[in-house]
Amino acid sequence: MSLEHVHSTDGEEAGDSSSLALKILVAGGFGAGKTTLVGAVSEIRPLRTEELLSEAGQLVDDTGGVDQKTTTTVAMDFGRITIRSGLSLYLFGTPGQDRFWFLWDELSQGALGAVVLADTRRLEDCFPAVDYFEHRRIPFVVAVNCFSGARTYAEEDVARALDLDRGTPVVLCDARDPASGKDVLIRMVEYAGRMHTARLLESVGQGAGPE
Amino acid sequence: MPPGSQWYDAEAGPLVRPYAVTGGRTRSGPGGVRFDLIALVEADDAAADRRGASLLGPEHRALLSLCGQDARSVAELSADADLPVGVVRVLLGDLLEAGCVRVSRPVPPARLPDEWVLREVIDGLRAL
Ligand SMILES: Nc1nc2c(ncn2[C@@H]2O[C@H](COP(=O)(O)OP(=O)(O)O)[C@@H](O)[C@H]2O)c(=O)[nH]1
Ligand SMILES: [Mg+2]
Repeated sequence: MSLEHVHSTDGEEAGDSSSLALKILVAGGFGAGKTTLVGAVSEIRPLRTEELLSEAGQLVDDTGGVDQKTTTTVAMDFGRITIRSGLSLYLFGTPGQDRFWFLWDELSQGALGAVVLADTRRLEDCFPAVDYFEHRRIPFVVAVNCFSGARTYAEEDVARALDLDRGTPVVLCDARDPASGKDVLIRMVEYAGRMHTARLLESVGQGAGPE
Repeated sequence: MPPGSQWYDAEAGPLVRPYAVTGGRTRSGPGGVRFDLIALVEADDAAADRRGASLLGPEHRALLSLCGQDARSVAELSADADLPVGVVRVLLGDLLEAGCVRVSRPVPPARLPDEWVLREVIDGLRAL
């Protein structure tokens, strides 16, 4: 057994390809409404999955000495939306704490896109998520969770305050409302499609360019 | 911030040692297979019966029964079996090796699905 394989992400069996599962991440600061949103749109009771961490905050991956390690679990929100038999969306609420960043790396592998939930009273809490997805070129929309009592802002104000790249959608939502949550997801998928097409054109343009 | 919540460790769970059920192993199979959270797992009941499921532990059998009717994602199996994902991955590695399950990778990494799939998703969401 070689340790190099431990983090290999492409070891899964290629198999029956008739089933498609798409992954969408839900990120944002603590209390922004991630758990609420996932629960509102998911057709199954909200589940939480757990990963194992060593004390150092890394995934436990080595073969030896597990029992000498203190391990802890980290919970993630998780939900599913079945589009049709064989086509499902899976939602993952990303853990908000800094020391769980490495979990994001796994979660974002092959993700269709992300929703960054923002609370206008603490807009800065979603900076790390915005940075993360921008750097990795993962399509995302910013969903402003309109808490009662919070001043409402225009989409453009939020986009400016977050210094978003041009074209990144900002959607006002109520994370508790399934219809509102669905709208957010639709905007996300539409945007992911546009980004995908733009990148294809970009790569075709480069490939076909004069030599 | 909601009352009673703290920035730190509200999301972290209790200290646990669930790797006992894997005999201390923390990764699956000789190939170092690492199942994606949304990889879909389906039990091959005939194979499981044939190969003497008695050799498998109770957690293995629990996983098999969870994905006996329909394919289930690794994440769902973890949640429903009440086992951490890391543990489920090891157990699934055993089951795969024994030929008791089929695992399909959902979408190859770094490749988005076709445009028509996205269209279908959008229409599907609207119709929900
Ligand atoms: N008024 C109001 N409360 C909300 C809304 N979304 C979430 N909450 C509440 O805010 C708190 C934090 O939400 P939660 O989903 O747990 O945030 P998370 O930390 O991002 O998972 C919970 O008590 C929710 O009930 C909303 O749109 N409006
Ligand atoms: Mg939460």
